[in-house]
Amino acid sequence: MSLSMIALLVIALGVVAFFVARARANVFDAGALATRSAGDRPHSRPVYHGWFVGLSAVLPALLLLTAWSFVQPRLLDATIVASLPVADQPKSQIDKDAIFGEVKGLASGELADAFNPASRAAVPAYQANQARLQTEALIACVLISIGGAAWAYTRLAPQFRARNRVERIVMGILIFASLIAVLTTFGIVFSLLFESLRFFNMVSPFEFLFGMQWSPQTAIRADQAGSSGAFGAVPLFWGTIFIGAIIAMAVAIPLGLMSAIWLTQYAPPKLRTILKPVLEILAGVPTVVYGFFAALTVAPALRDFAFAVGIPGASSESALAAGLVMGVMIIPFVSSMADDSMAAVPQAMRDGSLAMGATSSETIKRVLVPAALPGIVGGVLLAVSRAIGETMIVVMAAGLAANMTANPFASVTTVTTQIVTLLTGDQEFDSSKTLSAFALGLVLFIVTLILNIIALRVVKKYREAYE
Amino acid sequence: MDMESQTVMPSASNVGPVTTKMTARDVSVYYGPKQALKSVSIDVSQENVTAFIGPSGCGKSTFLRCLNRMNDTVASARVEGEIKLDGTDIYKGGMDVVQLRARVGMVFQKPNPFPKSIYDNVAYGPSIHGLARNKAEMDEIVEGSLRRAGLWDEAKDRLGESGTAMSGGQQQRLCIARAIAVDPEVILMDEPCSALDPIATAKIEELIDELRGRYAIVIVTHNMQQAARVSQKTAFFHLGTMVEYGDTKTIFTNPFEPRTKDYITGRYG
Ligand SMILES: Nc1ncnc2c1ncn2[C@@H]1O[C@H](COP(=O)(O)OP(=O)(O)O)[C@@H](O)[C@H]1O
Ligand SMILES: [Mg+2]
Repeated sequence: MSLSMIALLVIALGVVAFFVARARANVFDAGALATRSAGDRPHSRPVYHGWFVGLSAVLPALLLLTAWSFVQPRLLDATIVASLPVADQPKSQIDKDAIFGEVKGLASGELADAFNPASRAAVPAYQANQARLQTEALIACVLISIGGAAWAYTRLAPQFRARNRVERIVMGILIFASLIAVLTTFGIVFSLLFESLRFFNMVSPFEFLFGMQWSPQTAIRADQAGSSGAFGAVPLFWGTIFIGAIIAMAVAIPLGLMSAIWLTQYAPPKLRTILKPVLEILAGVPTVVYGFFAALTVAPALRDFAFAVGIPGASSESALAAGLVMGVMIIPFVSSMADDSMAAVPQAMRDGSLAMGATSSETIKRVLVPAALPGIVGGVLLAVSRAIGETMIVVMAAGLAANMTANPFASVTTVTTQIVTLLTGDQEFDSSKTLSAFALGLVLFIVTLILNIIALRVVKKYREAYE
Repeated sequence: MDMESQTVMPSASNVGPVTTKMTARDVSVYYGPKQALKSVSIDVSQENVTAFIGPSGCGKSTFLRCLNRMNDTVASARVEGEIKLDGTDIYKGGMDVVQLRARVGMVFQKPNPFPKSIYDNVAYGPSIHGLARNKAEMDEIVEGSLRRAGLWDEAKDRLGESGTAMSGGQQQRLCIARAIAVDPEVILMDEPCSALDPIATAKIEELIDELRGRYAIVIVTHNMQQAARVSQKTAFFHLGTMVEYGDTKTIFTNPFEPRTKDYITGRYG
């Protein structure tokens, strides 16, 4: 019986335990009803008694099974090695992996034949061991399950606090679930950190953070030109900032702010209820669609324009194309944050200004926007952090050339674009070229994190100002 | 009998000749289909403080907001009738709402200073109306307004601090300073003390008394002692109509209408 079948069996046992225990608790209840005395009323309703016994049957057994599922493959691998004759012992880890793969494939019937005759010889022993381990797992789990249920069942009594127990168990499960999310995040951060450290063993952090030359192609032969590979990431940082924080924001901040002002202050309520969701739909368009638009429509048009006007250095993968389209993509973020923070400015503030004889636009410019500014700034910071982490548009529309240029019609590259090109395709995972992607990812992660923290603090402080 | 009581209580009598500053004739206000004010007619005089009293929801604020066209900001509101400031109809083409509000200032129920410095709060009106040509003139206006609002001593060392950091009573006096900085002719106050403690309230009442004469003042209050203390004229509103309007002493000692009497004596409200 496979481990997943055992899990189902344990759950089935739990269900049975639930019903048995509930039936028993129903008897207490009936007794209490018969005597009709409040003091005799059972502490918890029967369903909690059921849950308590059911969970006692399931949880410990499943825990054991999870542990078992980690241990069993190791044990089986060891038995394969042990069953091989001395002459066929694998010499390296690669040999080992190959034999394990073949043996398992043959045993499950996925492989028809093996390359290594030793593998075929190991199959019967493997299968026997597997069957034995699974039977052991089955027996252990069923025993623990029944044992848990029995232990819980003996505790049932009218005054047993089953409800509190069940609540505690449920809380434990919830904590466990949230821990998984948190731990995964930590895991990601640590792997990023770990790989980055490996990179920084090969390339100094100083060179990486302040170097002006980026050409990660390490040569295959030592005598090739440019064989060393240069990992100065400043051109990438510049490209990222140029596209995401300068060009995109030059589009998104004015347009987002103005549309928010018009929507909150001037638009007739009916129009507002239609237009606000429409604007927010912009945020739901998949970024790859924006990428198409940037690469196939905006970029060629800008290049043709640049040629026609005679701007030097124009490229069909211009920073401007990617930045403009990214700006459009970001508009809804800016506008909805600005909208929220202007709506949060008390009406009394507006009235106060209007009653001084200020016009609507004076009121907006001199009272509303300044009062909402922290919220707007927070929104812009969040938008920047999103823009610099945005990948699809720049991969499709920005170039790969690591130029340090302020010419928006020229091609620049960004951190995310480089990460994608460094990691796609067949890569060895220990070259400095591949590892540099992790260092880039780490920088991006840290910068975005800082931006988000600042933004959330600014917004929170501002919310407190108006309770 | 009427005359007798007037001579017995001389404290709040009006001094000198009375000139009419604003006149309202048959003013009705509708919020959508609902009528909130029914044909109100009143004269507001230059020299007196005029109080509007009445149970809440009776239309005091609605009427007050007609006097500087703040009801224009409420989309559903519709105003009928005629309101004149120095003989000019404020709802007719000749009067621009920006100019009107510079001449008829307003102080709200809840202090609403802008989230700017104390200085900038007071300078706000003069700057949008272009009343100061340079910083020195602006400084002068700010100081003068704060002095007249009785706030100068408390504020002079912290002009750069945020207006919202002051106490409630100081904020309300800051709002008064802000209103008088544009040198209005009329100041409308909508329950200016209802969010304040008794000490702050006393200060505002004192201030109103000092400002009387220089500005025509209209104050809405549902505190009848307050109306009796600060005003010379009182109008009693009930269910959207103006029931009775006259000298404050008369209204409080010898009202003509039984409804006014019931309200004054606390029969309802
Ligand atoms: N913006 C508005 N929209 C609709 N109805 C309103 C509005 N403002 C006030 N009203 C209504 O008009 C009536 C008078 O209100 P108001 O003038 O505020 O009374 P008061 O100031 O005397 O308490 C009330 O019934 C109130 O519900
Ligand atoms: Mg009111």
